[in-house]
Amino acid sequence: MSAEPRTDAGRRPLPKGGATGEPALAGPLPMPPAATPVKVGARRRSWVGVARPLSSRRRTVLAVLSFLLPVLAWAAVSYVPFLWHPLVEVTEPGDVAWMEPGMRVPKAAFAKEVAGVQAAKGAVPVGIPANPVYLPAPHAVAAALWTSLTATPTQRDAIRLPLSLWHSIQIIAWGFLLSSVVGVPLGILCGAQPTLARLTEPVIEFVRYMPAPAFGALMVAILGIYDGPKIAIIVIGTFFQQVLVIANTTRRIEPLLIEAALTLGARNLRLIRRVIVPAMLPQLYRDQRILLGWAWTYLIVAELIGTSSGITFFITQQARYQHFENVYAAILIIGLVGSATDLALAWLGRRLFPYDRSEA
Amino acid sequence: MTRADALLPPVPIPLPVVPCDYRTLSDPVRARFAKLKDREIALSVESLGKVFRSGGGETTALRDIDLVTHRREFLCVVGPSGCGKSTFVRILAGLETASSGVVRVGGVPVSGPGADRGMVFQGYTLFPWLSVLRNVAFGLEENGTPRREAEREARQWLALIGLEAFAEAYPHQLSGGMKQRVAIARALATRPRILLMDEPFSALDTQSRARMQAYLIEIWRKIDITIVFITHDLDEAVYLADRILVLKAHPGEVAELIEVPVPRPRSPDQMLGPEFRATRARLDALIHPPKEEADEPAATALVTRMAPAGDEVE
Repeated sequence: MSAEPRTDAGRRPLPKGGATGEPALAGPLPMPPAATPVKVGARRRSWVGVARPLSSRRRTVLAVLSFLLPVLAWAAVSYVPFLWHPLVEVTEPGDVAWMEPGMRVPKAAFAKEVAGVQAAKGAVPVGIPANPVYLPAPHAVAAALWTSLTATPTQRDAIRLPLSLWHSIQIIAWGFLLSSVVGVPLGILCGAQPTLARLTEPVIEFVRYMPAPAFGALMVAILGIYDGPKIAIIVIGTFFQQVLVIANTTRRIEPLLIEAALTLGARNLRLIRRVIVPAMLPQLYRDQRILLGWAWTYLIVAELIGTSSGITFFITQQARYQHFENVYAAILIIGLVGSATDLALAWLGRRLFPYDRSEA
Repeated sequence: MTRADALLPPVPIPLPVVPCDYRTLSDPVRARFAKLKDREIALSVESLGKVFRSGGGETTALRDIDLVTHRREFLCVVGPSGCGKSTFVRILAGLETASSGVVRVGGVPVSGPGADRGMVFQGYTLFPWLSVLRNVAFGLEENGTPRREAEREARQWLALIGLEAFAEAYPHQLSGGMKQRVAIARALATRPRILLMDEPFSALDTQSRARMQAYLIEIWRKIDITIVFITHDLDEAVYLADRILVLKAHPGEVAELIEVPVPRPRSPDQMLGPEFRATRARLDALIHPPKEEADEPAATALVTRMAPAGDEVE
């Protein structure tokens, strides 16, 4: 590594008792060893190092790599025949009665049939190495992504991906909105008011540990089989966390700001409105971004409740038809929508709170 | 330490030692104190005590503090670390409750924070989401002044501290010294009787601190305000104060209430004067008793030699 000469030179041995050091150098300028190898300009900064900030170019390169590496691994497994490919996709069944073109057969079974047919002097089946059907190649997923977004589906009962996605987004939006309308004010009040906090937080803490999907059957009984119970599951999954997280954020406000406001005469609700809320707003915004991510994780379970709907319906339906490239496409879409929302909100946050230095 | 260091030449020259007792007041200074004590009482503290209970133990932070300050007095509070000087000023502000005793401001007992006592904190406490102008107007608005009028008044306060140009700026765009000036203006805007300052300049560099001290004296001269100023910088205390309340630690009790004999108006040159040095010497003796210093091992005995022999730097 290029960093080595420097670190070695910098690490000087502790003097042993009374030793006067190495024999004097012959040159006219005897320099201590620490000063000799200085080629700072020529040295490139190392990519590794604890707590060392990266240049913005390197940050971009690494961010691209973080996406590229898994895709490359996926491509390698899909396209390089000897890497995995535990199955054989039959192209020509030959004389094997049970084989059909397009069928995927374990390698060993295929070899056995080939041997059997060869012994009987029949037509030998032909096939190409293949991966299981649940691991489609990148190009197949890319094509599926494109067609599912643009083309109308061929099956009669199939639904279009954009429509199911839009339905899912509406469910999330309503669930998150309903949760926030109650959860955010309650969280702030709990953070500012120890009495209220003590009265509500223990029970919320208790309910938080009940998995939201467990309420599914109950919600269907109460709210019917359509969108009601789905929104309810998202509310249940988000609300309790939301109150606790926001109450904690409220409690972590710089106490000096509140004390300064008190000495200036601010009281009660005005103190909350004019100091506590603005002081916590940047962090509240960040909390909401994280909570929105949680709401997405409850979506899939929520959509399975009652009549299956939205993107989950699309996924389960396509999986039933073994169109796994469509399944991957739908999952990718969820990731894309989620990240895009988060990036947009992060960008908006920087606009809204220019004074906030701890931007995550 | 700040000014004296800057003014002293690198080689210490022996200064003429004028025998001076810090308790002897020259005639003008005595007249000033007489005038001061004629004014009504702004703040009175009667047998104030504060006990912190934590776990099983009790810690007495303050015990039997008695104090009377008059209107327009500049009082500094000094003491070793742990003497409870911050607790003291927080009780005066109403941010903490006393365990015993009473604090009266203009004769009225203090029961909580209020706009009759402005406070400037050690850290920067400007509201980062408000412009400088809105920060200064904050207290006025909280006490019922309509926003437009509050902002007009705030603008006048900004003029007083010379920061009108920064009215629309946000706190993160200001330097540390400017932030504290705005904090002073914000505390003064509600027209408090008393301005409490808890080590307000300790986060500033030496030069800004000297400038801020000059600003503060200017403000105090022009405005009808009583200042209670906590500091650990003894030179700062002597330079600013009419009287210095010296506390001692464990428990925090009054060690002495010193009437500063340095005449006003003050200037940095007085730091070399006999009154200043006598007062400073007395504070040093009170806060760093020679006995305690002797208990600590000398630095030479503490540090093991790890550099090669013969390679001396001094």
